[in-house]
Parts: sequence; C-alpha cells; structure tokens
Amino acid sequence: MLIGHQPKEFLLSVEALTVSFDGFKAVNDLSFYVDENEIRVIIGPNGAGKTTVLDLICGKTKATSGSIHFRDKDLTKMKENQIVQAGVGRKFQNPSIYDDLTVFENLEISFPRGRTVFGALTFTRDAVVRDRVHEVAEMIFLKDRLNVKAELLSHGQKQWLEIGMLLIQDPELLMLDEPVAGMSVSERVKTAELLNRIIKGRSVLVIEHDMKFVEDIAHKVTVLHQGQILSEGTMEHVKNDPKVIEVYLGH
Amino acid sequence: MLTNRFVNRSELIGIAVLAVFLVVILPLCLDVFRLNLVAKYLTYAFVALGLVVCWGYCGILSLGQGVFFGLGGYCMAMFLKLEASSPENTKIQSTPGIPDFMDWNQITSLPTFWQPFHSLTFTIAAVILVPGIFALIIGAAMFKRRVGGTYFAIITQAVAAILTILIVGQQGYTGGINGMTDLRTLKGWDIRPDHAKIVLYFFEVGCLFVCIFIAQFIRHSKLGRILVAMRDKEDRVRFSGYSVANFKIFAFCVAAVFAAIGGAMFALNVGFMSPSFVGIVPSIEMVIYTAVGGRLSILGAIYGTLLVNFAKTSLSESFPELWLFGLGGLFIAVVLAFPNGLAGIWGDYVQPRIDRLISSRKPGWTAGIDSSVADGAPAE
Repeated sequence: MLIGHQPKEFLLSVEALTVSFDGFKAVNDLSFYVDENEIRVIIGPNGAGKTTVLDLICGKTKATSGSIHFRDKDLTKMKENQIVQAGVGRKFQNPSIYDDLTVFENLEISFPRGRTVFGALTFTRDAVVRDRVHEVAEMIFLKDRLNVKAELLSHGQKQWLEIGMLLIQDPELLMLDEPVAGMSVSERVKTAELLNRIIKGRSVLVIEHDMKFVEDIAHKVTVLHQGQILSEGTMEHVKNDPKVIEVYLGH
Repeated sequence: MLTNRFVNRSELIGIAVLAVFLVVILPLCLDVFRLNLVAKYLTYAFVALGLVVCWGYCGILSLGQGVFFGLGGYCMAMFLKLEASSPENTKIQSTPGIPDFMDWNQITSLPTFWQPFHSLTFTIAAVILVPGIFALIIGAAMFKRRVGGTYFAIITQAVAAILTILIVGQQGYTGGINGMTDLRTLKGWDIRPDHAKIVLYFFEVGCLFVCIFIAQFIRHSKLGRILVAMRDKEDRVRFSGYSVANFKIFAFCVAAVFAAIGGAMFALNVGFMSPSFVGIVPSIEMVIYTAVGGRLSILGAIYGTLLVNFAKTSLSESFPELWLFGLGGLFIAVVLAFPNGLAGIWGDYVQPRIDRLISSRKPGWTAGIDSSVADGAPAE
C-alpha cells in the first residue's frame, strides 16, 4: 500500500533500543519506524521479544539503552501515565479490565478527562461522557451489558471491553498484543471487523500469530527473532524471505 | 442504577439511622460518664473511617494510623495545655507560665515550636495540616517508589514506633510517657464538667458526620471508582493515564486527616493525650475495629469501632488478662470467616430479608408475586 505523500517525520521512531535482563538481551539494538496511519504487525517465534517491545514503548519496562521517540517526545524518559496522555494506548495480552466495576464504569474511567486527583474528584458524568460510553459500547458489542460487572463477562467480551477502553482514550498510536488470542471463531470474525473499524485514522502496532488476520490488516510486517529484526517489509516480501521461512513460517 | 449522586437511598437511610442512634438514643439512654466513654470510642471511629478509604477502597494497609491520631491529638493538647498553664495557674513553678512538665525538666522558656499554639486558629489548622503534610511526605516517598503492600505496612509500623520513642524521649517538650495531662479550658470554657462533656459529644458527632459525608463523596466520585480499580489492577490504571502514586497519596492523606481529627477530639473529650495512643499496638487495634466493622463499609467501620470498644470495656473490667486474647481471636475469626466484617454479614444476610419484607408489603404489589421475584425487582 502506497501512501500519497511520505511525511518527513515518523510518528514513532525506535532507535538502537536495547534492554537486558541480568545480561540476557531480550531486545538487542532494535530500530524501526512507524508512519502516521500505518498498520504495523510484529510477528516472530515465542521469546523473540515482541511483547517486550510493547512494554518498552508504553513504559512498563525501562530500556537499558536506545531511544523511543513519539513525535518529538522521548518516551524512555516518561512515566506510564504521561505516555498514555501523550497519545499511546496499549492492550495487554490477557484481558486487563476492572473486574469489580461495571462495563460502564470501566469505559468511563478510560475516558480522557479528569485524570488528576482533583479532576477525578470533581468529574461529572455529563451527556458527553454518557454519549461517548454508549457509542463505544455499541461498537464493542456490549451495549446491553453496560450495568454488568466486568468479571461476569465472557473471555471474548472482556477482550472487547479492553479494546473499547482503548478506543475511548482515542490514542494516536494503538498497540494491541494478540487481540484475537483465545477467542472462538465467531468472536474472531467480529473482532477483526471491530479492529478494521477502529484502526482508521491512527497508527497501530499489533502483535499477532494468526497469519490470515495479519495479511488482512498489515501495511508492513516486522519479523523479530532473538530481540532483533530478521526481516521487514510488506507481507509479500516477508513471506518469501528465506530467513523468515526458516525460523518462523516454516513450521 | 447508575447514579452520580454521593448518597443513594439505602445509604441515606443508614446514615439517618446512625444519626438517630448517636444523637437521640445514646444521649437519652446513657449517663454522662457512659456518654463520655462513647465519645472516646467515637474518636477511634474517625480513624476507622479513614482506614475504610485507604485500606478498604484503595487497598493500602496502614498499621500506623496512631501516628496521625497522635499528631492531631498532640496539636490540640498543646493548645489546651498552654491555656491551662497560665502564669496564675502555674505560679508555684520556678518558671511560671510554661507547662508543668517543662518546668520539671528544667526548661526555663517556652520552646519556639510551642509558641504558635497560643492561637486556636493556628491549632485547628495544625490539627489538619501537620498530619496531612506528614502523610504526604511518607506517601510520596513510598508510593512514588512503588512501595506497597506488606512493605508499606511494616514501614508505617516503624514510623509509629519512632514517633512513640521520640515523644517519650523528649520529655521536656512533649510530656514524655505521661503525655499531656490536666487539660482544663478551651478559650476560657471549662471542658471538664458534665454539661461541657455533653456539648463536646454532640460537637464530635457533628464532625463525624461531616467526615462520613466527605468519605461518601469520595466513594461516589470517579476518584472512588479509580481507587477500587487500582486495588484490582494497578497497572491497568497507569495505562488508562492516571498517576497511581498520586491517588494513593491522596487516599493516605485523607485517612491521616480523619485520624488527626479523631485525635483532636480525643484530647477535648478525654482531657489528655499520651504516647500510648500513638504506638504500634493502638494502631493495630484501630485496624481491627475497621476489619470487624467491615473495611468496605463507611457505616460498618463506625459500628465496628463502637462494638469492639464496648466489648473491650465490659470484658476488660471482668477478665482483664483474657481480653487481649479475645481481641486477637476476634480479628482472626473475622478475617477468616467474614472478610467483609459486620457490614458484610449485614449485606449478605440481613439486608436481603429486609428488602424482601418491605417489597412484599408494599402497596401496589399484586398479591401472589412471591418474594423471590420481588427481591430482584425494587429498582426505582
């Protein structure tokens, strides 16, 4: 897919990123760039460092060296909540939602307003919030479950709820860690449809093993192996790369 | 239903019942001595209320709330002590006009940090601000570094121990192990006679309800829901764009300020303040009150405090050496069998029956609807 004009600045530039856990380099001198409105899929065998890369970008793990620039901000120097406020949203591999709260409250907490202590105290549930929550709930197929405690949802519904929590944050960069893992076939279809709708107008970084799904959505694919880039390019290019076939797609 | 009001109907009824109990029933049924005992118990209820916010909602177990109770109490006691140490009252001392314990410790002038406590306005501000700022410092130091759970509880214990040792050691400035005794008047108004005790009791109950409404407001604000969310999945809250540390610091400070107000009330109602309310043991007892009442319930914590203290008074009169075992056993029993305390028992067993009773008697219900249907129905 070719985009009409190439922006000079990348949305996300990861440069010479390295993280080592007790000497083991989970990510080793990694560099890649994500454009505005690009959908990038990261694939690779288990232990390649895919999730670690997302952890590094969203601030969950601190980099040993290297830099991550999101527009003009260096994410390696920022706290998790500041990174979120800068416009980076993250979905975790296992559904990570607030079990004790209702679906409505889960979405409301993710609504990007009143994020300071004082702001949260004086936050009011006005029409804007309610409308947005209802709008998102409809998108994630949970419109009639708004008053249900989140712990009572099915696994697939929890995944959708977390996607909805990201959606309501309206991030410029959306990071999804295996969004269709553990879902039934019908849930997968619905999720693919949902993702195709929400990835419009933002950049997306996805980790996924389902190759069919990857082919459907990816603009560009990055193959990681042992914390380094093995191959990068279009799906067509990557699929035919002998190195990739050997370590990953071959089996 | 989803409402954003800070009390819903059943909570309002609960608060009204508590108000009737504290404002009407207890003063009518008890003599002044017993009522003053209730006033003393209620000072701990402030601490328990704070623990509901910080331990119940936010999951921060502080085993050092006595520190804040003590700081609030000492601030108030310093004001009262200064007033009781007028030059006329203390003319037999070698240095008249300073508190008696200073004179006994060969201190010849009032220390600088005591000076502002001549002013009641300053004292009231200090009751709130000194513990509040102290909690802010501890909270910032701990939560910004992501110290939590057991480690935090142990550190609060250490703080409680340190403060006790400091107070006991600096006898000339603090009154030492005896504390500050012989507090007499508040702005010339004698706080010792019976009628003053009754006025102070009602004043205290008033303050308690203000704190209850503040806790209710927090509980029903978005901040309250964020605290619950944090207890559950701290990381997710960070990735929803919130600074988890700031919210924990806030909850801890609220708990500290509530405890401090309780401490100040203690100095007024009981007429002294001593390090025995600051240390580790009283701090843990306060946690037990909250656990017994129900750490998730604002009203439960208050009933829990009253109940444990009534039991303590009556049992320790009859079986002084068995009482502590009883208290320990009670705590273990509550944690094992009823983790949500009295409020949990009420919510699980009593409340559903009452609801059923009310809705089955409600006019307009057609005869023949059985109570199990009515149980799920009353939504208005």
